[in-house]
Amino acid sequence: MLPQIKRKPKLAVWKFASCSGCQLSLLDCEDDLLSVAGAVEIANLPEVSRTMAKGPYDISLVEGSITTPAALEHVQEVRHNSKYVVTIGACAMSGGIQALRNFKDVREFTRIVYAQPEYISTLEKSTPISDHIKVDYELAGCPVSKEQLIEVISALITGRTPEIPTSSLCLECKRRGVVCVMSAHGTPCLGPVTRAGCGALCPSYNRGCYGCYGPKERANTASLSKHWSQLGATEEQIVRVFRGCNANAAPFKKESEAHEHH
Amino acid sequence: MNTTRTIRVDNLTRVEGEGALYVKIKDDLVENVQLKIYEPPRFFEAFLRGRHYEEVPDITARICGICPIAYQVTAVQAMEDAFGLKVDDQIRALRKLIYCGEWIESHVLHVFMLHAPDFLGYADAIEMAKDHPEIVQRSLQMKKVGNQIVTLLGGREIHPINLRVGGFYKVPEKKDFAQLAERLKWAREAALESVGWAASLPFPNFEQSYEFVALDYPGEYPLNEGRVVSNKGLNIGVHEYDDHFIEEQVPYSNALHARLKERGSYFVGPLARYNLAFERLSPIAKEAARAAGLGATCLNPFQSIIVRAVEILHACDEALRLIDEYEVPNQPSLKVEPRPSIGHSASEAPRGILYHRYELDEQGLILDATIIPPTSQNQSIIEKDLKYFVEQHLNLPKEELTWKCEQAIRNYDPCISCATHFLRLEIERES
Ligand code: SF4
Repeated sequence: MLPQIKRKPKLAVWKFASCSGCQLSLLDCEDDLLSVAGAVEIANLPEVSRTMAKGPYDISLVEGSITTPAALEHVQEVRHNSKYVVTIGACAMSGGIQALRNFKDVREFTRIVYAQPEYISTLEKSTPISDHIKVDYELAGCPVSKEQLIEVISALITGRTPEIPTSSLCLECKRRGVVCVMSAHGTPCLGPVTRAGCGALCPSYNRGCYGCYGPKERANTASLSKHWSQLGATEEQIVRVFRGCNANAAPFKKESEAHEHH
Repeated sequence: MNTTRTIRVDNLTRVEGEGALYVKIKDDLVENVQLKIYEPPRFFEAFLRGRHYEEVPDITARICGICPIAYQVTAVQAMEDAFGLKVDDQIRALRKLIYCGEWIESHVLHVFMLHAPDFLGYADAIEMAKDHPEIVQRSLQMKKVGNQIVTLLGGREIHPINLRVGGFYKVPEKKDFAQLAERLKWAREAALESVGWAASLPFPNFEQSYEFVALDYPGEYPLNEGRVVSNKGLNIGVHEYDDHFIEEQVPYSNALHARLKERGSYFVGPLARYNLAFERLSPIAKEAARAAGLGATCLNPFQSIIVRAVEILHACDEALRLIDEYEVPNQPSLKVEPRPSIGHSASEAPRGILYHRYELDEQGLILDATIIPPTSQNQSIIEKDLKYFVEQHLNLPKEELTWKCEQAIRNYDPCISCATHFLRLEIERES
């Protein structure tokens, strides 16, 4: 439970390596945007405003993963200047899609994209924010759900704990009455090991979940892989399914590596 | 005596992503302009290697949270080109419809929230909302309609999940569009008013001669596919793209600069489309442009805000037409049979041409990927505009000149996450 902030809280948004989708989710709250903007002082939101007020900040929303030497330093400053640090999205929480580099030689990657790789300053791995600083709350998703984002901001402003489900996607499917794509069509689906949050989107469109919200607590990834093999998935397919926007989240990483060299 | 001055903006705002501007002025001449993109590289083209074609729309969407549809549509069309698939007309229509949704959502965001505050002297749209609440509220509702199209067809507004190679995972019924169509009619009215409003903003006199490049498809305003044409005689198929364009690396930027091999810098985006395809705008959009005092040619990038408003109107009207003519396709998607092949596609992202090329093996795994986003293509034109603009406005106080330079950059709605697969402003003056 976070202590209540008395005056209009100062809100800052920080971007590291990301697609900006998570902070754009805030702008996509068309009906609530101006009321949120009225409830806080927006002190730093460079994608929307020229105003860049100095810290300290009450709430910092951090998007993106750490991939450069400069970011390593910047994220420490963000922590230092902020009362609460809330990370938003898979990039910040697990390293994001760009953590696919973690499984390869990054110098090789730089050479594929740039003719003169020596100009490019980058770290070997894309890592989550919590690897570097203390994080007060992590909101999952690629992108985060806008309803959950509003819930977290409102909870912080009023000093209560955010109400965000931690169950698996399977439960969301059952609640919505969506037919299980795995049992009905044998489609490999990450639902059993993925955190709820999207409203069982992919299964309701007749496709398997690809893990935007990352692993749920105590995810039994090994038993899921086994089930997929029985459905006919190859080892390579299993590796690829776990290597999506949360490839670097510990349970997914471990599972993909377990199937890599067979 | 030599005098040197610099203008620098270390953290360019109201653009998507992270970048900076540096301008060096010596003896009233601009010696150097650098649009620096320090957004960290994310190496999409590298980690696409070894991935399966089916995963590509979901992976490439993550390049950009503002225009995921552009990435998804271009990726699936490139795969279809590789595998020799031709989708049903109604599948094509649905893709155009979801693309219209993205144009509306992205353009409204830029026109009202990112660009308009420059013309009216506000730090941001939230400040602007205090003096112009109806304009900002209305724009948010227009944006919402764009997002509703994307959500209806794609499942959610950011990184939709319904597009796939060969079609869609699930297609809507005709009745699913009823409510949306009503909202779109409202948005079309709102867009019509916005064109007049945008035209009433104050514009600097600023014109240059540009090579405009856009897609060309018979009978249609450029959107999801077509040949690549320019006002200086370029007319090529998408598969010839690599023969005519090159990407170069500059030491100060993480984004590659694309150039036309023969003639150098070129201009993509709303202004290019407008100048090359004015006649193919929907009648209501064409009329609104004329009523706003815009001819068939517009060479002032500051007026791109009007052109974007015209395109919002066009996209609303086109979306309504597509919905009206929609019939449920025979099947949601075609069967895909991968083969060793190379596929190309280009589409008109809200900011201009987006080009994808993939080389695939017999299992449909990616061997090689090239992605050229609009912002890489516009970088050198933006630098040129800044050079001329600063030279014309040397007498402005530094604070004002700096802001105007930022505005000149925002004329292009640069999307920096895309270009690195952002911006800081620095103006150096010797004086
Ligand atoms: S988590 Fe996904 S949506 Fe959010 S910034 Fe990262 S890539 Fe974009």
